[in-house]
Amino acid sequence: MNRILKTLYTSMLALLPVAAMAQIDGEFVKPRTGKFLLQNATVVTVTKGTLTNTSVLVENGKIVQVGTNLSAAGAEVIDCTGRFIYPGMIDSGTRLGLVEISSVPETVDYAEIGNVTPNMQALTTVNPNSEAIGVTRVSGVTTVLTVPTGGLFPGTAALINLNGYTPDQMYGGFKAVVMNFPSSGRRGRFDRRSDEDVKKDSEKALKEANEIWGNASKYLNLKKSGAELQFYPEMDQLSKAVSGELPLLIVVNTASDIQHAIKWVEGKNIKVIFSGVAEGWRVADEIAKAGIPVITGPVQDLPTRQSDRYDTPYANAGKMAKAGVKVALRTDEEENVRNLPFHAAFAAAYGLGKEDALKAITINPAEIFGIADQYGSVEAGKRANLVISTGDPLETKSQILHVFIDGYMIPMSNRHIRLYQEFLERSPGLKAN
Amino acid sequence: MKKLNLILAALLGLGLNYSNAQTQKGNVLIINATVLTVTKGNLENTDVLVQNGIIRQVGKNLSAPAGVETIDASGKYLMPGIIDAHSHVALDVVNEASSPITSEVRMKDVVNPFEIGIYRALAGGVTISHAMHGSANVVGGQNATLKHRWGVKDPSDIIMQDAPRTIKFALGENPTRVHGRGNGIQPKSRMGVEAVLRNGFNEALQYKKGWETYNAAKSQKGNTKTPPAYNERLQTLADILDGKIIIHCHSYRADEIYMLINVAKDFGITKLVFQHTNEGFKVAPEIAQYTMGASVFADWWAYKMEVYYSTAFNAAILQRNGAITSINSDSAELIRHLYHEAAKTQRYGGLTDEEALAMITINPAKQLGIDDKVGSIEVGKQADLVIFEGHPLSSYTIPQMTFVDGVKYFDIKADPDDQRQFVSATEMVEPIFLHAYENHQCLQDVDEYFEAFQGAFIEEKH
Repeated sequence: MNRILKTLYTSMLALLPVAAMAQIDGEFVKPRTGKFLLQNATVVTVTKGTLTNTSVLVENGKIVQVGTNLSAAGAEVIDCTGRFIYPGMIDSGTRLGLVEISSVPETVDYAEIGNVTPNMQALTTVNPNSEAIGVTRVSGVTTVLTVPTGGLFPGTAALINLNGYTPDQMYGGFKAVVMNFPSSGRRGRFDRRSDEDVKKDSEKALKEANEIWGNASKYLNLKKSGAELQFYPEMDQLSKAVSGELPLLIVVNTASDIQHAIKWVEGKNIKVIFSGVAEGWRVADEIAKAGIPVITGPVQDLPTRQSDRYDTPYANAGKMAKAGVKVALRTDEEENVRNLPFHAAFAAAYGLGKEDALKAITINPAEIFGIADQYGSVEAGKRANLVISTGDPLETKSQILHVFIDGYMIPMSNRHIRLYQEFLERSPGLKAN
Repeated sequence: MKKLNLILAALLGLGLNYSNAQTQKGNVLIINATVLTVTKGNLENTDVLVQNGIIRQVGKNLSAPAGVETIDASGKYLMPGIIDAHSHVALDVVNEASSPITSEVRMKDVVNPFEIGIYRALAGGVTISHAMHGSANVVGGQNATLKHRWGVKDPSDIIMQDAPRTIKFALGENPTRVHGRGNGIQPKSRMGVEAVLRNGFNEALQYKKGWETYNAAKSQKGNTKTPPAYNERLQTLADILDGKIIIHCHSYRADEIYMLINVAKDFGITKLVFQHTNEGFKVAPEIAQYTMGASVFADWWAYKMEVYYSTAFNAAILQRNGAITSINSDSAELIRHLYHEAAKTQRYGGLTDEEALAMITINPAKQLGIDDKVGSIEVGKQADLVIFEGHPLSSYTIPQMTFVDGVKYFDIKADPDDQRQFVSATEMVEPIFLHAYENHQCLQDVDEYFEAFQGAFIEEKH
């Protein structure tokens, strides 16, 4: 009897996984790779003009060919008649993947304790399964710089592609040490310091920054001379910016701070990118003269001063570009990085122009990050980061139909879309039990 | 006698003139525009004549009466002034966070007509905003509906005096955090929120009954009854029960939305609008059936726990289920491009131009009880109008001129660098605020409750 029961239990246990499987209904669509022919589209290459009735062949994660009459042999054909192909959009400043819910501290991972923590790595913190990543990429934003924040040297930013199961699979080949340049601006209404105190604090912070930078230079020299060094991860990471091995991403916003930052950079043989640059339009000529590339945004933002024209943040990118500054855009967002194309549209309308606005979220950041051989345009040999849309992706009315990241065709779904599918027509509707 | 009549008439006339002259009313003829009426379709190459602040004629080949300025809007779009059903613009304070019910306070008492945010809103085509109490309390203060008459000095002149009364309610995380966790009193949970509401309304019923009994006795001979003590808080709740005030309730989760619908049903309340309503899509049929709809963000989500399970398709789902739906700002930044926020309903849910535009014009007008006066371009309505270069739902559009009561308060061609009306002597010369920190938010003035969280909420207070 016992034996029979045992056999029965065993057979029931064996059936369990099957039973569990049976409870899963519906198909989960994964990103998939392969050979794809995106046929007969209007291709907005960004770097080589706009090509009509043109096809794009994607294989092994790369754009293999851009042209007409391409062979479809062995390829999955996606008819793009009447459709547009754009390069994947790049947001040059976000906290995507570093935070899930801003008000829940347990999910906020973009800031560490301490003023000098350049060794904090955004890349290792990126959560590849963040809901915000799925929500972002269907908008055509395929690549973002994700940036830690907090103290003076809060960490190291990393470029990520919005597909992959691990941070390493997502890594886009660019990192930069972040510096929050000592600010003479106010942190908000609650910041009630006197003007003198604000000035004093910023001077003190700059002095401190110089000391720290000096220490990192010493550390670098000692390291170069082969000295035996104590384990000092902060200095080790910062010295990479001092040596130029990693670029320094200087977050700076007010006009006087930008001027100070330009002066601060002078004579240091380092790679510098400015980020934020909210008041760049006030000192655009000086930035252009210094030859420092700029990541600016958010575009949809308030003016920094009460007395400013209402449209200064919209017009900022255009004014800097006109002065000769190389401009890329950022949203400085986490969950709403998907709005990058709309920020670009506002910059376009208020002076940057459509063509340059598109460049500011494609080829310009690729060039600023030194990865233009891989990113930023629809050209043979580049990574297959592509957007197929019904029209200009900067227009809200356009629909994004397909997104490719590293040659992976991304399922056009995320929680926002699934909730739409579930709740558009509820059943039961109003009926109460 | 004749003389007396004349004097009386003159006096009456003066009285009328006085009330009319309280705020400026304009005359203007806008010609050759593509007129997006919102309620009566789109009219190509059409003229709109405004006299004394009212739309008098909509048609072709209208001619300007003597002295009326003509504005050529060839190739441009004319739409009704944008209405923001959730804003904290022009308010000196937002929260009276001293009790779970503060129905006695009025935002009308803290209106600041000098706030630059009004001008910035005008530059985005917004002519009316619903300046609301914050979300610290279950029953907050009474809101003010503002007309953006930039330049007036008397606070009462930017208040839309012919708008009905509205009041702020709030459910969920904010009131439970401020009162339950902050002050150790009910509500600490969503159960407590419901209890605060039901207890409040029941107390108001008692209060009402006390007055009814007194008033009935008053007409009796030999009555010696003393009146009940007047209580502004309870009187306001009684006014809600009497349908004199529209509730605008800050809410996020479907469960709490459903709860308030049931409370409203039990107390016979029908004038109810949900604000934010991020999970409104889950109870869209109920919202459509029993309420005056929902006023939502276009795409905000994930900034706090109760908005994590949101969808940018919320507005589209609500609309398709028949709920009156509007898109609001709750932000000094978003209020400047509500036309763009409304356009996002086309990306997320494919709404038509007319549906999208209604979400920032006639729909919020309905929710504020002012749709008979504003919210569309129709003869007889107040002349709140905006001219756009490019279709207002295009990402590349630029607002050109904004009119309130036919008076032009924004003109991109005459936009001086410094638009401030009033610079306080004590204000710092160049206060530089970085990155949208100036946003008006629902939990403004209750920062102390966030210190325990190391300021993690400073930016996230909706």
